[in-house]
Amino acid sequence: MPTVKMTSHLYRFFPQLKDQDIRLPSGSVAEVLDGINELAPGFTDYVLDECGAMRRHVKLCINDTIVIDRKALSDRVKEGDTLFIFQALSGG
Amino acid sequence: MSDTLILGTRKGTVILDRTASGWQARPILHAGIPVCYATRDPRDGTLWASLDHGHWGPKLSRSRDGGETWEDLSTLKYPGGARHIVQYLPTPDFEADAPTGEPDYANAAVYKIWYLAFGGPNQPRRLYAGTIPGGLFVSNDGGESWTLNRPLWNHESRGGDLFAGDATSENHWGGTPASVDYGVFEPGIHSILVDPRDPNHLHVAVSSAGVLESTDGGETWAGRNQGMLMDYLPNPAADWGHDPHYITQCPGQPEHLWQQNHCGVFYSSDGAKHWKKVSVPEAGVHFGFPIAVDEQDGRTAWVVPARADAVRMTLDGGLFVARTTDGGDSWQALRTGLPQQHAHDIVLRHALDVSGDRLCFGSTTGNAYLSEDRGDTWLCLGNNFPPIYSVRFG
Repeated sequence: MPTVKMTSHLYRFFPQLKDQDIRLPSGSVAEVLDGINELAPGFTDYVLDECGAMRRHVKLCINDTIVIDRKALSDRVKEGDTLFIFQALSGG
Repeated sequence: MSDTLILGTRKGTVILDRTASGWQARPILHAGIPVCYATRDPRDGTLWASLDHGHWGPKLSRSRDGGETWEDLSTLKYPGGARHIVQYLPTPDFEADAPTGEPDYANAAVYKIWYLAFGGPNQPRRLYAGTIPGGLFVSNDGGESWTLNRPLWNHESRGGDLFAGDATSENHWGGTPASVDYGVFEPGIHSILVDPRDPNHLHVAVSSAGVLESTDGGETWAGRNQGMLMDYLPNPAADWGHDPHYITQCPGQPEHLWQQNHCGVFYSSDGAKHWKKVSVPEAGVHFGFPIAVDEQDGRTAWVVPARADAVRMTLDGGLFVARTTDGGDSWQALRTGLPQQHAHDIVLRHALDVSGDRLCFGSTTGNAYLSEDRGDTWLCLGNNFPPIYSVRFG
């Protein structure tokens, strides 16, 4: 099953995910994120907007590859892949 | 008069309490998260903060125990099918992308929850929220769920019902520079007035469109911009395109409304049916963001003037509040206790408030000042706050 790793900043809002070994069924990026949302209700509201598109300062990678489809999240996360969830830090 | 102050700042929510030894700030709340607006529901004491997460999207945060614990809500969302006509910042940088013919459409998403207002006494769970990109949301269950006010979203001044199809009228709503931080140039609702005499009587102010009024609880809306003048479009008195920075209403005399606009200070004594420009540039009263009106006397108001739209700083390095007691016929500069040298503060639209004889304002430089005597004299509450976005007595 694919593994999910995420920025620790999200643990502030979803402490139940801290130090968890998150493994979810393979599928599209959207489907994997829905799986995280099952574990931590409300999670997708932080990563996606209400249109289902990736928020502007969020970056997702499948292994070493940046997810290109930021609107429909159709990229496939296959068996053995790791989906990384990053934020692009900015500001002062 | 309230003994509590609530500041929304770039680094979190700051609550100050008036004690025997002066105003004391509590430890910061929502630490590290920009809070663009924070306030208290006067009906039940619930505290609200609008979190302007740079990364995780706008959220409301709610405390029902005076600020001890907070609950973040993600329930304010545009419904599927909500669209708007895309606006383009009128600068050379954006012209390459600007449409030349038919309008472009985008699915709506909340960029910023800019303002919160509360329903009337007979609407104990009613809340209003104003957003970028220009949607008014209504909750009837204390914020558990929200509904987009479609009559305003679908208003003919904005292109008509885009749920049903493409635009059926011309769009007159321009973008607000406050939206540029989100990578867009879309309108925003930053002021929502609920008439204390009749909670179905509403006014909203839109940057950059103008003021709209509803007398039927939001079922229908009409523009209320007669007398408004702008200096950035060919017709200064056009029905639409105005840029109110903030509007407010006298609780004791609700027919008295005040507007700090991009193009001056405006006053209405007839419920926004007509506006009168009351700027006095030679007295320094013209450009600025916030405006406050006395709770009882609709002819008394305060502004914190700034130099000009192109020079967003104090006039001549001295910070002052201007007060009128005669409906804007004359203004008095109030400087006692405020820095008069090397002060370049700008005070944003929600960062001035009044409670009885008390006034308070905060600047983006992180300074906060309080007056106990209607602005005659000022006391510094602190110089090291984060940039202050909102000030509300609680």
